Amino acid sequence: MGLRLLRFCLSAVILSVTFVCGCAKADEVVIAVAANFTAPMQKIAQAFEQDTVHKAKLVFGSTGKLYAQIKNGAPFAVFLSADDETPARLEKEGVAVAGTRFTYAVGRLALWSRNPSLVDDKGQVLIGNASDKNSFKKIAIADPKLAPYGVAAMEVLKGTGALTHVAPKLVQGDSIGQAFQFVMTENADLGFVALSQISIDGRITQGSAWVVPQNLYTPLKQDAILLALGKENAAALALMKYMRSERAQSIIRNYGYTL
Amino acid sequence: MHLTSEDLSAILLTLELAGVTTVLLLLLATPIAWWLAHTRSGWRAPVAAIVALPLVLPPTVLGFYLLIALGPHGSVGQFTQWAGWGSLAFSFSGLVLGSMIYSLPFAVQPLVNAFEAMGSRPMEVAATLRANKLDAFFTVAIPLAKPGFVMAAMLSFAHTVGEFGVVLMIGGNIPDKTRVVSTQIYGHVEAMEYAQAHGLAGAMLLFAFVVLLIISWANRRRTQTAT
Repeated sequence: MGLRLLRFCLSAVILSVTFVCGCAKADEVVIAVAANFTAPMQKIAQAFEQDTVHKAKLVFGSTGKLYAQIKNGAPFAVFLSADDETPARLEKEGVAVAGTRFTYAVGRLALWSRNPSLVDDKGQVLIGNASDKNSFKKIAIADPKLAPYGVAAMEVLKGTGALTHVAPKLVQGDSIGQAFQFVMTENADLGFVALSQISIDGRITQGSAWVVPQNLYTPLKQDAILLALGKENAAALALMKYMRSERAQSIIRNYGYTL
Repeated sequence: MHLTSEDLSAILLTLELAGVTTVLLLLLATPIAWWLAHTRSGWRAPVAAIVALPLVLPPTVLGFYLLIALGPHGSVGQFTQWAGWGSLAFSFSGLVLGSMIYSLPFAVQPLVNAFEAMGSRPMEVAATLRANKLDAFFTVAIPLAKPGFVMAAMLSFAHTVGEFGVVLMIGGNIPDKTRVVSTQIYGHVEAMEYAQAHGLAGAMLLFAFVVLLIISWANRRRTQTAT
């Protein structure tokens, strides 16, 4: 009797587990998201779940890490990259679905300090001389080898002729998140960060910042692509479409990205 | 194996960091271990727990709080500025400090074991021969605990070579100053330069294997001579 009851309970558990999994799989999408897009994507996923019958699960990481995971069989259906090169590469390597790439956001670069009087609205602080009272000891950027925002920061430094003056003061974070952290904890006096990190509804939340004019660096295009795993997944296809919806785009803009 | 000049400078810096850290750590760990091995104070357990904390804390967490502590509003940062040393973040000295905290349990534990295994008798005998305590410590305790020192040195060195999270958080990736092997490998992987990552990681793997092999040989010889 006891054994039979146990067997019944076990099969009930197994049945309900397979049932739940089976259901969830049909309309759930696992999305790999570049770390700099964390906050807006959480909002978009919420809205997506409200507006559709689907569920979205988010996995955050650096573009380089997510690339390695996707290449090695990670169960992601959609990839929101921090650049436009990695999705193109995945498409060429046959891991992603050709023709599904599009730019979901364009990042903006800002030079930011927590000191309210350090950064002027023209970025003159970069080329000020050392005796200037507005001089600084450390300036943070994201590693140009690893992060598109780092590449953009280097372009600005070279373009404004500030690089030679600034080079000995450079410290690099492995991502734009870490560059932000260095400035936030004031271990670096100022740094190039993503506008999305320091602004809410188009306003800089604290300190002083120079929103770098977009003609000073190559546009920070962030591309999305449908991965091979998501090809037949209704939720993945719905999400790719939803990223271009009015509601998603207004969230993206609110976080300091352009489109 | 293709090692670039950047890889080589990272290797040299790593060895330098591990070397400096090991020497300073042995100096710091010896009195702590001696005290832990001999005290009957109620503070023994809490101090032992604090020394072991870096074993449990995730290195990036340790690194993050170090970053805050080293900053201009952090306790360490305010002290170093007051002392006129400037900020330790993004400097070699900062990495040494971080590595010492990170590897502290690996230096203290083997020494505590060695001092405890020695027992109190050798020091008592030395005292009856009119050696003062300090004299006895250097001429009796340290030679007797030599295997413990060797083990502590090797573990601290190897553990510092393998350090990653703390360096990543407080280093700032400056060539020749704070860019060590582990962060260099991480950089290669993140940049999808897998061939270079493999080369450097292979070198590190070989190094770790050799160190562990030597430790295990040394251990066996010690137990053999003891019996």
